[in-house]
Amino acid sequence: MIAVIDLFSVLLLIAGAVFFLAGTLGLLRFPDVYTRLHALTKADNVGLGLIIAGLALQAESWAVAGKLVLIWLLVLLAGASVSYLVANGALKRGIRPWKS
Amino acid sequence: MTLLAWGFDGLLLLGLLGLAWKALNSTDLFSAIALFIAFGLLMALVWVRLEAPDIALAEAAIGAGLSGALLLAALARLRGMEGNVTSNTGVEEAPNNIDARLVQWLSAILLLPVLFGLVYGVLSLPGNAVGLSAEINANLAASGVSNPVTAVLLNFRAYDTLLEVFVLLLALIAIWSMGSIQFNRSIETIGKTSLETTSSVLDTLVYLLVPVLMMVAAYLLWVGAHAPGGAFQAGSVLAAACVLLLLAGWPLHRLLTAMRLRLLAVAGPVVFVSMAAYSLIAEGALLQFPPEHAGTLILLLETVAALSIAVTLAALFSGGQGQHE
Amino acid sequence: MSSFSFALAGIGLFVLGLHALIVHAHLLRKILAINIMGSGVSLVLVALARRGGDALPDAVPHAMVITGIVVAVSATALALVLMLKLAAETGSATLPDDSPE
Repeated sequence: MIAVIDLFSVLLLIAGAVFFLAGTLGLLRFPDVYTRLHALTKADNVGLGLIIAGLALQAESWAVAGKLVLIWLLVLLAGASVSYLVANGALKRGIRPWKS
Repeated sequence: MTLLAWGFDGLLLLGLLGLAWKALNSTDLFSAIALFIAFGLLMALVWVRLEAPDIALAEAAIGAGLSGALLLAALARLRGMEGNVTSNTGVEEAPNNIDARLVQWLSAILLLPVLFGLVYGVLSLPGNAVGLSAEINANLAASGVSNPVTAVLLNFRAYDTLLEVFVLLLALIAIWSMGSIQFNRSIETIGKTSLETTSSVLDTLVYLLVPVLMMVAAYLLWVGAHAPGGAFQAGSVLAAACVLLLLAGWPLHRLLTAMRLRLLAVAGPVVFVSMAAYSLIAEGALLQFPPEHAGTLILLLETVAALSIAVTLAALFSGGQGQHE
Repeated sequence: MSSFSFALAGIGLFVLGLHALIVHAHLLRKILAINIMGSGVSLVLVALARRGGDALPDAVPHAMVITGIVVAVSATALALVLMLKLAAETGSATLPDDSPE
């Protein structure tokens, strides 16, 4: 039983790390601020969610798991609002979205 | 497993040095500050690796968060001056000419002896540190709290904290002596110029986040007695809430008028000094608490100190731009 | 030995900061440099306190570093206001060059 939980944890953590890697790559390689924000929020939201899920499986108590989930929700809230603010600020400064 | 830990530590330290180098030598001041904030976050990770979670919390909240906000606000004001002043205040000329390059290389060469001397000094130290952990653990029961860092900060070496609260107050007085005295409205213009039509999202964020931040601050204050946390961490989280309110254009100066602001800012120092004076008379030693009341006294001291720290840090962020008025 | 590598990184930060403090003219950059030097000093302090011990980390340097962080942020705030004052007076956020003409 323990081994199965550990296996799930590892899988979730690796999946989360993959999302973070992809998000970082996007941040470095994408052409403009809007696409970079897109890459960043994927890493923040999904990547962090997977990592939190992986860690919550290892948590000693429900309270600890609850705190971990709370961290995820706070990051979701802050990340979504801040990327909206950044994108809006960029638009108002007259930065045009990138077109291929 | 140790190999993994070594690899992680190595990458972390290389990243730290690389970020410091980029922050100090990138051509644009804005990206320098952004890199400095990232540097502060990596610093927090380093503290976790060094088993110092109390410092990690303080570094993430103050070193990365609040310092970053201070620096960005200062840069925005500097750039705002560019309109009025003819010379370039915000832009830094790149060191392209021969003289500047020469100075760079010369000072780098001159600093090599400093580097080697410091490295030699550290490496010639004995491999075992004789610390004070044993003494702390022996006396922890009498300190009123079970988190050793809080015990040091507010009992064993409480005079450090006493002086530090005064350093904060002194910085605030120095800044106010150069500018305005209350929470200044012109900070709102910095936030508003870029965020004008987006206020609904920002307002929602503020409405959701500020209560959470206040709860986190109270939790950190309470938990500091037996786990990482305490007055400084709580105070800086509360200050972050104030900064968020100021940036969102909330009329904080109406709630914290000049008089209330002053009273809150001196509350910490005053309570600290009166407790020191009382302990000097009653116990015969500065800030020596009787063990049976130490826990309560420390919590009282921390609560007032956290409020003062929060208000002072927020005022440091807000104040001092009175030169335009 | 691992705590020595943290201490060496701290020295690296200190020297990097000192170099930037000397070569950069802009005051904001100098303030960043002083902050990074301070982080380096704290890192050396805490890392050296962990030498050789697997025992509990020593809380005294931890408390001192927390105090140091708060003092550093107060000093930074004051320095930034002084910089803005200077920029408003002279129109430039650099120290005046007082080399003899």
